[in-house]
Amino acid sequence: MNEVKTPDMTCKELVDVITEYFEGTLPAEDRARFERHLAKCDGCHAYLGQMRETIRALGHLPPESLSPEAERALLDAFKGWREGV
Amino acid sequence: MGEQEASTGAEPDPSTRRADDEKLVAALRRGDEDAFRTLVDEYGPFLMRLALMHVPSRAIAEEVVQDTWLAVLNGIDRFEGRSSLRTWIASILLNKARTRGQRERRVLPFSFLQRRRDEGRDEPAVDTDRFQSLRDAHPGHWSRPPAEWSSPEETLSTQEARRVLLEAIAALPVRQREVIALRDISGWSAAETRNALGLSETNQRVLLHRARSKVRAALERYFEAEDLVR
Repeated sequence: MNEVKTPDMTCKELVDVITEYFEGTLPAEDRARFERHLAKCDGCHAYLGQMRETIRALGHLPPESLSPEAERALLDAFKGWREGV
Repeated sequence: MGEQEASTGAEPDPSTRRADDEKLVAALRRGDEDAFRTLVDEYGPFLMRLALMHVPSRAIAEEVVQDTWLAVLNGIDRFEGRSSLRTWIASILLNKARTRGQRERRVLPFSFLQRRRDEGRDEPAVDTDRFQSLRDAHPGHWSRPPAEWSSPEETLSTQEARRVLLEAIAALPVRQREVIALRDISGWSAAETRNALGLSETNQRVLLHRARSKVRAALERYFEAEDLVR
């Protein structure tokens, strides 16, 4: 066993700092505790996976769009604006 | 070009963006219709998504988006390039969408509660009853640990899961909704998001954290209800 200088991270603590972990803003010492905990905790491993999947799914939502009528109105408005320029 | 409009948007190199912005802005000032169309194609879907975070219907969201474009045109001579073009456009839209959203639900006690919730005290990332208490063998460790989702990618691209996702976002306090829309739906960087929303670094991160945590919880409930866990 290695000498552990800092107390182990709990699951509750891990879920609280997971965004800081993703953002890379977690201090080095906490990052080490985070990774040490993760390596031996199936629940937190699953939690991290769920969080990653959540973020991925958010990035894959189908794009919204203006209705064709609204788009046409917009181009008309543009022409009106240009006349006024 | 096609890459940039993807909602997953990896951010292009800032100097490339600045050069692209300058070209577009110059063309707009000349009244170039193609430049306007390019801009509308590139940012239209994003603006629509952002507007829908604030107002209750597509029709109103479209009005907000149209008003935004008019404000962009009328203000283009004043655009100085201190922020990126899309940050500037997003700030204009957000101003209009927030105002419009407030007008649509003018019930005061509700908006007061909403503001209180926005400040978000006492919001654990995960329900505290999922963890062991001080009386248990391992306080702070899972009492009911999350399970691995089975084929998450496939499941999360179904209509039903997307509805769950959108409903979870709609239920978030406004500021959390804005941050998650820019960061995760549109793929903006923390810096640009902070800039567009006028947030401190910590605030941005806290809002993102709360938003993601709640959306994850909603998806977890969905996976468990559908028995899609391993």
